[in-house]
Amino acid sequence: MDRGTGSQRRGDTQGRRGESADDPELDQLLVHAADGDEEAFAGLYEALVHTVMGLACRVVQDKAQAEEVTQDVMVEVWRTAKQFQPARGAARNWVLTLAHRRAVDRVRSVTAGRARELRAAVREQERSFDTVAEEVEVREEQRVVFRCLTQLARELRLPLVLAYYEGLTYAEVAEALSTPPGTIKSRMRQGLKRLYDCMEAGS
Amino acid sequence: MNLTDDPHFDVGAYVLHALPADEEAAFENHLASCIPCRREVERLSKVTVGLGAAETSAPSADLRRRVLDQIATVRQVQSDAFASRRRRRGQRGVKLALAASVAAAVALGGVAWWQSSEAETAREQSAQDRAEYRQLADVLTAPDATISTHELARGGTASVVASRAQGRSAFIGSGLPPLTDDRVYQLWYAESGRYRPAGLLSTAGGREARVLDGPLGGATGVCVTVEPAGGSRQPTTHPLGVISVPA
Ligand SMILES: [Zn+2]
Repeated sequence: MDRGTGSQRRGDTQGRRGESADDPELDQLLVHAADGDEEAFAGLYEALVHTVMGLACRVVQDKAQAEEVTQDVMVEVWRTAKQFQPARGAARNWVLTLAHRRAVDRVRSVTAGRARELRAAVREQERSFDTVAEEVEVREEQRVVFRCLTQLARELRLPLVLAYYEGLTYAEVAEALSTPPGTIKSRMRQGLKRLYDCMEAGS
Repeated sequence: MNLTDDPHFDVGAYVLHALPADEEAAFENHLASCIPCRREVERLSKVTVGLGAAETSAPSADLRRRVLDQIATVRQVQSDAFASRRRRRGQRGVKLALAASVAAAVALGGVAWWQSSEAETAREQSAQDRAEYRQLADVLTAPDATISTHELARGGTASVVASRAQGRSAFIGSGLPPLTDDRVYQLWYAESGRYRPAGLLSTAGGREARVLDGPLGGATGVCVTVEPAGGSRQPTTHPLGVISVPA
């Protein structure tokens, strides 16, 4: 694969991203990348970079920083590819989990807690999840996640959204929502379980 | 509800990366020995990945080249994941996550010692030594590694790090009293009241780390006995200790 054609190739990957059938293919690419195959890594990069960047943007709320996170994540994927175990989950999940971790680390290290919580809480309330669900032009299973999210009671949805998309710790969520921390923890778990059940039923 | 002290309750916050570093490390310790929580983490991670894949965004045109240039200079971590685990934790300013963490913490001393003593005795490690070291590192860093520690009857501490997923376990002994030349420490897998020979320790005493011979199988514990030089087929003395292995 020629390294110089990154920007032109983007169109292809955007089209391909709509299918979930490429996941086993991604697993293979990552396994090859683990053996030092740079071409396989480039394929994996192309297939996932838009999603990683999308998640990083959503969490760090700054395009330049999101790009640093994305670069950091991709290099880390290469560096630690050997630790990927196909039996324990798909490459896509592995990469996105790493990306979320890094993005969250980034916002925690740079933003002052209180201001961020309030900003986050306000922003979330303004955001309609029906709109988000429509924006999601990705894969059917993602559309299902968002349909399920809109159906979730607000008290279960808010802790999930504040933690996952705004990078708040459960204690910060508790403060932002004036709710005891233990309650927030259990709502996080309950909310994720509901989403899981809803996704299973909807797919 | 009065259930919030239950460690299982952290599973949601954990999957969301919403636990502070110390609580995350504590929960990972819990995960190491709690199969239901590991299953739940696996299930709930599918949800968070769904949330994470919701939006896409195009990075600037030269990111691809920057990444590919950079990986050409980055050394990949090999599967004995010690360095990466330690480095990653260092970067995050924390911590011991013990699927491997207690294992690693206890073992690092053991492994470091083991490695250096190997290096002393043989400047160039044989292929077999290297293979043994890799095996040891694999067990110690297994995602499902559990560790059990036991004080032995005649002094010394024995730890067993076990990975059910890999079907192997490692023994780490420290402070073992030296034996006379005609005696040897022998390890056994205990399963349903029977003992399977699982290898000998060096007679020197002190510290020792090794992967046990044979598969972990359904073993529920590891025993240490003192046997005549060369070892025995079945234990001939009372065990110095039985280190239980979590199911
Ligand atoms: Zn548990």
